[in-house]
Amino acid sequence: MSVIDAAVLVRHGLKPDEYDRIVSLLGREPNLTELGLFSVMWSEHCSYKSSRVHLRTLPTTGPRVLQGPGENAGAVDIGDGLAAVFKIESHNHPSFIEPYQGAATGVGGIIRDIFTMGARPIALLDALRFGPPSEPRSRRILQGVVRGIGGYGNSIGIPTVGGEVMFDETYSGNPLVNVFCLGIAKHEALVKGRASGVGNPVYYVGAKTGRDGIHGATMASAEFDDKLDEKRPAVQVGDPFMEKLLLEACLEVLTTDACVGMQDMGAAGLSCATSETGSRGEVGVEIDVVLVPQRETGMTPYEIMLSESQERMLLIVKRGREADVERVFEKWDLHAVRIGEVIEEQVLRVKENGVVVAEVPNRALADEAPVYKRPFHEPANRRELQQIPAGELQAVQKPQDAFLTLLGTPTIASKRWIFEQYDHMVRTNTIAAAGASAAVVRVKGTQKALAMSVDGNGRFVQLDPRQGAKLALAEAARNVACAGGAPIGATNCLNFGNPERPEIMWQFAEAVAGLGEACRALDIPITGGNVSLYNETDGKAILPTPVIGVVGLIEDATRTLTRKFPEAGLDIVVLGENLGELGGSEYLKSIHGLVRGVPPVLNLEREAAVQRLLVDWAARGLVRSAHDCAEGGLAVTLAECCFETDGVGADVDVAPAAGDGGFDRLTATLFGESATRVVVSIAAGQTAEVLAQAAAAGVPATRIGSTGGPAVRISVGGATVIDCALKAAEERWATGLEAWLAGRAA
Amino acid sequence: MKFAVVVFPGSNCDHDAYHAAKHVLGQDAKFVWHKETSLGDADVVILPGGFSHGDYLRTGAIARFSPVMAAVRQFADAGRPVLGVCNGFQILLECGMLPGAMLRNRDLKFHCAFVHVRVEKTDTPFTLLATEGQVLKLPIAHGEGNYYAAPEVIKDLEASGRIVFRYASPEGEVSDDSNPNGSVNDIAGICSEQRNVVGLMPHPERACEHAMGSSDGLLLFESVVKSLATQSTLQAVGK
Repeated sequence: MSVIDAAVLVRHGLKPDEYDRIVSLLGREPNLTELGLFSVMWSEHCSYKSSRVHLRTLPTTGPRVLQGPGENAGAVDIGDGLAAVFKIESHNHPSFIEPYQGAATGVGGIIRDIFTMGARPIALLDALRFGPPSEPRSRRILQGVVRGIGGYGNSIGIPTVGGEVMFDETYSGNPLVNVFCLGIAKHEALVKGRASGVGNPVYYVGAKTGRDGIHGATMASAEFDDKLDEKRPAVQVGDPFMEKLLLEACLEVLTTDACVGMQDMGAAGLSCATSETGSRGEVGVEIDVVLVPQRETGMTPYEIMLSESQERMLLIVKRGREADVERVFEKWDLHAVRIGEVIEEQVLRVKENGVVVAEVPNRALADEAPVYKRPFHEPANRRELQQIPAGELQAVQKPQDAFLTLLGTPTIASKRWIFEQYDHMVRTNTIAAAGASAAVVRVKGTQKALAMSVDGNGRFVQLDPRQGAKLALAEAARNVACAGGAPIGATNCLNFGNPERPEIMWQFAEAVAGLGEACRALDIPITGGNVSLYNETDGKAILPTPVIGVVGLIEDATRTLTRKFPEAGLDIVVLGENLGELGGSEYLKSIHGLVRGVPPVLNLEREAAVQRLLVDWAARGLVRSAHDCAEGGLAVTLAECCFETDGVGADVDVAPAAGDGGFDRLTATLFGESATRVVVSIAAGQTAEVLAQAAAAGVPATRIGSTGGPAVRISVGGATVIDCALKAAEERWATGLEAWLAGRAA
Repeated sequence: MKFAVVVFPGSNCDHDAYHAAKHVLGQDAKFVWHKETSLGDADVVILPGGFSHGDYLRTGAIARFSPVMAAVRQFADAGRPVLGVCNGFQILLECGMLPGAMLRNRDLKFHCAFVHVRVEKTDTPFTLLATEGQVLKLPIAHGEGNYYAAPEVIKDLEASGRIVFRYASPEGEVSDDSNPNGSVNDIAGICSEQRNVVGLMPHPERACEHAMGSSDGLLLFESVVKSLATQSTLQAVGK
């Protein structure tokens, strides 16, 4: 008789019709252990059951793509026989419950995904979202997350080279921690997470298994409520030293040619690693749980299979080569234990002391989770959100005051307080770190460098999901191009609310459609990523936040560009058109407290042209710096180009914006966030050539002034409207975040 | 010249030290695993940065028991050059090859940033190409770099000229404002009585190429190469 009743199903996050599907796949009722396997493997986190139908529409192939979605991480060719292996993943829910460990294990998880592919991880970036730092709880979460990221990354010795942070009330009860990792591998060294060769031994390596993290994947697939503290045991505890040993040992063992497959134990632990390797390899895996190294006594097969203890890997070893593998792990003082073998029957068979305690077809777990075409519709308040009550909103501050206010807002202010807590230089590859448009690391042994950027403005996505997602991809790619990198691949982390609500599902569907459209237009394939749904607390969803990570290839590392004006006396040219668009802008949010309006328009053809020009000009040394125009508009962008230089100011005179959206034209001109705009500096003698090439490519380009002087001086139509000492502006920007964190700003 | 870079399981600046010696300087270099008991044909030993054994206890506390450390001590006792960088410095303190201890940074935060240090002494194998008072731009990356020793030890270090580097402004002004971690007397690096063992918190190996933001760290590597070359010349002419 079955012990499984309605209450057991609820605890496992399974719906009655999902249970019926399990019974029909098995041809019998599952036992509790088997139910546990299904509950984690069919969780939203592992199965993508709500998102799969949409994700299928994304472009995932291209001449450089060596590995698309479906493995532990994507891989693209960067020449010289090398591959860039990268992925982004979320650890949102754990980071809210326990900020330090949640963030730390998020870093650990994505690093394992990269070295499981056979790649040496060389760079980390983080996209973080928090509630306003005026809230004590949000400050505490931010400080914990930053310490957790540093604690793990610094110790393991992979530099955290960049990322971005934004703040909004909707993240107060549900912060976002998205971690991107990139590694380098030789093409022939790329490994897959699949089992093969019947009779080949299956090895368990790394840390022992405990009761931590049981049902972590299920937790990550539910909303939060007031029972938060009860969920704390579902957050794992990270051990970066163990991961460092595991990283070195795994990369060393891969040089022996004794492994046929490797898979990390992340979400859903052993269940996922065994069933996925079997399913991908079209074979089966049989293990005996008593052989699994355990750090607690009396663990049941159920607990062992569902544990999400960190820093563990599964290896499929060639029969007869066991000694080669064991020798390497012994050197690093790690467990390497044979727990089972590859079998012909395509099942996951779990034994306890030789007695079968669970037996489930791999495919049922890994591939036959239900696929939901969840209903969706436009939210009722969409039209209202897109209206800005412009007539009622007077310019409440003088342009110069608004300029200074914006420089000090937590989203725009310098993130030095954060990134100085990260080791961003270890491995001596970092050419441009946090604070640049894109982070750039060189690839030792070649002339090349890789530029990386993660971006995603949730305000734009909230106001128009399709347009917002396009803008996110375009911005990440533009940032990479500003450094001189040709975008060659992207990874996405899609953070949304509860997909069972039709208006959230609509946001998701629209965003994925927009992302696909932009990827096709800019010819950037998506090679993998992660979906994080149920980002809600007490029924309130976050801003829909697709975070896009783009990787760009710089052929000559010495040609890397940054945002900073390198010297005085250069011409300043702005590419693109100022349409004075304030919808979803930082200005509206910071000055008027509003997330309203229509996001900026995006001409994808022009976007592609601008990015091609930037890459070409950088390679030829024609421009000296480049910076994307984003939050805070042209005024803030110009100031940012002056910051952290040797006191190089700017003096420009720009034409009024082509539109004003009902606002006063001056505000729209200075702080509007029209897309596809880039501020470049050019040696005076070469400006004509740059302008001519822009014109030939159909890209508007205007010389607006020159670098130098002790101030940021901006005139509009000949009248000076901002004339601020660079020192004062930079002081506001440099100390803005710290002031918020110390509770000084409001 | 052969640089030996000791690798503890949690070392993470080992590759950077190796890269600086081998690829930037063009010298011979090798890794020595911490379980080895001999340094072989090494001419100079580097204890690199990182988290030697996880450092959950005190930084470097367990590394002193690694088998290789007996060989490192012997090497140092013979008057041959040993450089401890960051975690390597912490290990030298833990095993008593240099005096003092590290506390957590005074603001309790990890710091990774470029700082400036003033070279106080040029009579060590790692600073002989410097001029006294020369300012170097080097990065730090540590959570526990707040150097402490008992007052009488500090007095002795000062009196015997064993403070090799002090945190300073870019102009060479030593003041609390330039001290990133609270180290007593703004100490960034010290040497042994014999002057051949040098430990410092900043990372010279990270500052050997212009593209990395500074090449001032090369001075330490070039100095030791010069020091060794001078010695072997002296030996060759039978002095």
